[in-house]
Amino acid sequence: MSPSTGKIVGISGNMVTVEFDGNIMQNEVAYILKGEERLKSEIVRIGDSVAFMQVFESTKGLKIGDKVEFSGELLSVQLGPGLLGQVYDGLQNPLPDLAEEYGFFLPRGVELKALDDERKWKFTPVANKGDTVIQGMLLGHVPEGIFEHAIMVPFHLPGEYTVEDIAAEGEYAIKETIAKIKDEKGNTHEISMTFNWPVKIPIEAYRDKIVPEEPLVTQARIIDTFFPVAKGGTFCIPGPFGAGKTVLQHILSRHAQVDVVIVAACGERAGEVVELLREFPELEDPRTGKTLMERTIIICNTSSMPVAAREASVYTAVTLGEYYKQMGLDVLLLADSTSRWAQAMRELSGRLEEIPGEEAFPAYLESRIAEFYERSGLMELNSGEYGSLTIGGTVSPAGGNFEEPVTQATLKVVGAFLGLSRDRANARRFPSIHPLESWSKYESFIDQKNIDEATDKLRRGNDVNQMMMVVGEEGTSIEDFQLYLKSEFLDSVYLQQNAFDEVDAATNKERQTHVFQRVQQVLDTDFHLESKDQARDLFNRLRQLFIDWNYAKMDSPDFKQIEESIEKLIKEHSENEENLQ
Amino acid sequence: MRKIYNKIQNISGNVISVKASDVSYEELAEITTQRGKSLAQVIKMDDENVSLQVFTGSRGVSINDEVRFLGRPMEVTFSDNMLGRIFDGAGSPRDKGPLLTENLIPVAGPSVNPSKRIIPRRMIRTNIPMIDVFNSLVVSQKLPIFSVSGEPYNELLARIALQAEVDMIILGGIGLKYDEYMKFKNTLESGGALSRSIFFMNTASDPIVESLMVPDLSLAVAEKFALKGKDVLVLLTDMTNFADAMKEIAITMEQVPSNRGYPGDLYTQLAARYEKAVDFDDAGSITILAVTTMPGDDVTHPVPDNTGYITEGQFYLHNGYIDPFGSLSRLKQQVNSADQSRKDHRAIMDGMIQLYAQFMETEEKRAMGFRMSGWDQKLLKYGGMFRSQMMDLSVNIPLEEALDRGWEIMAKCFTPEETRMRTELIKEFWPKNTDQ
Ligand SMILES: Nc1ncnc2c1ncn2[C@@H]1O[C@H](COP(=O)(O)OP(=O)(O)OP(=O)(O)O)[C@@H](O)[C@H]1O
Ligand SMILES: [Mg+2]
Repeated sequence: MSPSTGKIVGISGNMVTVEFDGNIMQNEVAYILKGEERLKSEIVRIGDSVAFMQVFESTKGLKIGDKVEFSGELLSVQLGPGLLGQVYDGLQNPLPDLAEEYGFFLPRGVELKALDDERKWKFTPVANKGDTVIQGMLLGHVPEGIFEHAIMVPFHLPGEYTVEDIAAEGEYAIKETIAKIKDEKGNTHEISMTFNWPVKIPIEAYRDKIVPEEPLVTQARIIDTFFPVAKGGTFCIPGPFGAGKTVLQHILSRHAQVDVVIVAACGERAGEVVELLREFPELEDPRTGKTLMERTIIICNTSSMPVAAREASVYTAVTLGEYYKQMGLDVLLLADSTSRWAQAMRELSGRLEEIPGEEAFPAYLESRIAEFYERSGLMELNSGEYGSLTIGGTVSPAGGNFEEPVTQATLKVVGAFLGLSRDRANARRFPSIHPLESWSKYESFIDQKNIDEATDKLRRGNDVNQMMMVVGEEGTSIEDFQLYLKSEFLDSVYLQQNAFDEVDAATNKERQTHVFQRVQQVLDTDFHLESKDQARDLFNRLRQLFIDWNYAKMDSPDFKQIEESIEKLIKEHSENEENLQ
Repeated sequence: MRKIYNKIQNISGNVISVKASDVSYEELAEITTQRGKSLAQVIKMDDENVSLQVFTGSRGVSINDEVRFLGRPMEVTFSDNMLGRIFDGAGSPRDKGPLLTENLIPVAGPSVNPSKRIIPRRMIRTNIPMIDVFNSLVVSQKLPIFSVSGEPYNELLARIALQAEVDMIILGGIGLKYDEYMKFKNTLESGGALSRSIFFMNTASDPIVESLMVPDLSLAVAEKFALKGKDVLVLLTDMTNFADAMKEIAITMEQVPSNRGYPGDLYTQLAARYEKAVDFDDAGSITILAVTTMPGDDVTHPVPDNTGYITEGQFYLHNGYIDPFGSLSRLKQQVNSADQSRKDHRAIMDGMIQLYAQFMETEEKRAMGFRMSGWDQKLLKYGGMFRSQMMDLSVNIPLEEALDRGWEIMAKCFTPEETRMRTELIKEFWPKNTDQ
């Protein structure tokens, strides 16, 4: 079937209406032909003999009557070895390649190959002639960065197949045939190491979706201990501007203990991506000894890049995430910011003159957000292995007010809410996750009972603080005052974490468990205190010791020594000194 | 010869529509009315129906007026001859100098490939301690001044422009009051900076649609100069007027507003301008300082709110001071580390602000009638000195002198330990023989 064609009959912003002949489908890709340029677009609605298309480029200079060529394909990404370490725009064009060819500015109407066709990969077959395989099952693998990249039966092939032929170990380019498989009807399919997948359709080549339980260790104490995220789970980070969403995501992208990280910079500042681009190739991933870039893919559609491509970029990112998950890996997708994606939907909806919902967002906002987060999960794969895709998105609520459609729709579907607070950010208490308002439905590696007790102290100490504002320190009892100091202590030595200190920036599970016990010991001790000045002094000293402790490497003599000083100080001041000994 | 149309179908707000063919999206047209000629730009096309926003407004446009399409999008001249010149929002001279028609360049061009950007690492010195010490301005930064109208934000802009060691200054005036415009001109003139400045000036009495063009014209010219290796400082005042002009057009076009009447693409539109700030690899740079007045002193108002989500920090101007708390330069850590600035820079920055925060609490307590302890008295003394010798906008001293002054103020108010400064720094910087 030759692809359909059409011509432009209307233009408004990045939306064009097109009269067409022949068959077209919803979400099909089309190209507007403008001289040498081919402007990529996507059909978003089909009406009476006209198609409405969002254009992924600037529409400047287009005319009524300009030709349109439909592709017959849905908006897709290319999957295969070589994705790791790449920096793509929202439509999977490699940005460094674009820069090399076109210089400082992003050209219009250009598409570049997402993967290198010529590069050879060392293929090792796993499946044998005669094996029965289904979609997602392993045919062989090639080494990519830190692990074996699985070459799988493409996800769009339904049913069972018999392996007819499989390539011998050797060097192959991604488009060379590495296997021939025969379907039940006897038709043979040639399989290469790469295939395309439509971004808006979830990959479902797995056996089962399982409830996520195992914690994903982020090495951020306030998250892992108090508001944990599970492998295969979801979380959101809403917060007003400047509260620390992006910095927190960058911290997670560095320190989270996962195999692959996908960063989707969606409609935010280009400068922030540049930091990742320039620094990740230099930074070592302590788990593997390789650079962080080798486990990372960056999808970068920043705020001044075309809005429609911004809408596509989160789908591109999640599809790449699903692909690596299918290999039995733990993948973390970080999207900053999902509000910009929602705004892109809003702009599109406005141009389509759809009936607007709250704050002019489209009525389907909620279901789109839900569908997106639903693509996360812990899966039992067709091979019997497990893979997970965890999704965390920032939300940038208008006016910093969480009572708005995007935050509310997100809160309905995620498993953990890490709400950032303007006050904490202003007080430089980072990460500025609000410890009393945030929540998580997942389980921490620390006993829930202990966490509840600590949270209770935090809450009560906070109440005392509120009251002190009114009645002053004089009007507060020493017991209450101690409670207040304890909550401040917990906050400053455990909840807060210095992202710029090499040691404090990342606290692993073993260390968190160990340190939390000590923190708890302080919280549980009834200190023998005569005056408020003495109380303040004691807690100042405790705080200083714990902060020094946080800065000491766990296997260093300092670590031991400081811990001894802490123990000593607690003992000296605890009321039941005799009982403790 | 391009075709001329003289049947305007519809006039609504500042938007007109005509039936025309062979028109390009965002193309310019010239309308001749009894008041004179005006430019207009295509903003929507539906078959033969072409909608245009009229730069000088639709007042006095009659349905028989002549519309001539120019076959080109919005462009602006670019050459060294622009230096010292003043243009309006349509890019025409508003001084008495000659019309410049050479070397036309398109405005609102494509964005810079993120992989061609570099991490900014150069400080722009302003000799204002609240900026240099506490929230350093960095080459390629985009940063607005948030304030209510009536604050001296334009004075502050002009002063930074004069002080900053940049190659050239482009001032984009958007609905600027005429006397403010004159003040800018006089300040830059008396500071000897006019010859390295270019003005795109839309004053409060000029057509509002024209103001929409000012940021694009300013930034297009800035970009060309930056590519030629120049460090360009672009001043945009007041971006709230720009947003309001957009709101007006959006309402005319019957777009569904998202928030307090502003269009849903406000963020995208503002970002398209602010993201032009850049430090080019192997070439020059664009730094953007803007003014965003906050209606009702409300930072959650859509304009400051969307701006804050785009820019790299903000300066709050409150009661004539740059407020040390709300203000933030998100790029300061790129330029104030020990190997880039003096080694006590970060310590002074953090330490003095923490003490100032304690002073604020004490002042609150005093206002509520609580007893003042000895420590409180010290803080009160400190707060007063900090305000008059650091925060006051009349203070005009280089960074190093400001850091020294910081130590002096602390030494006059506290013992070294009370400042919680690191011992090593105290040894090196604490002033000898001071009387507390
Ligand atoms: N964990 C942290 N440690 C130290 N400083 C931080 C931390 N998080 C944030 N900050 C400070 O706050 C500033 C703003 O943080 P960030 O850019 O992450 O905000 P954001 O919530 O992403 O804002 P926006 O919505 O405007 O993008 C940073 O430039 C930095 O100065
Ligand atoms: Mg951010």
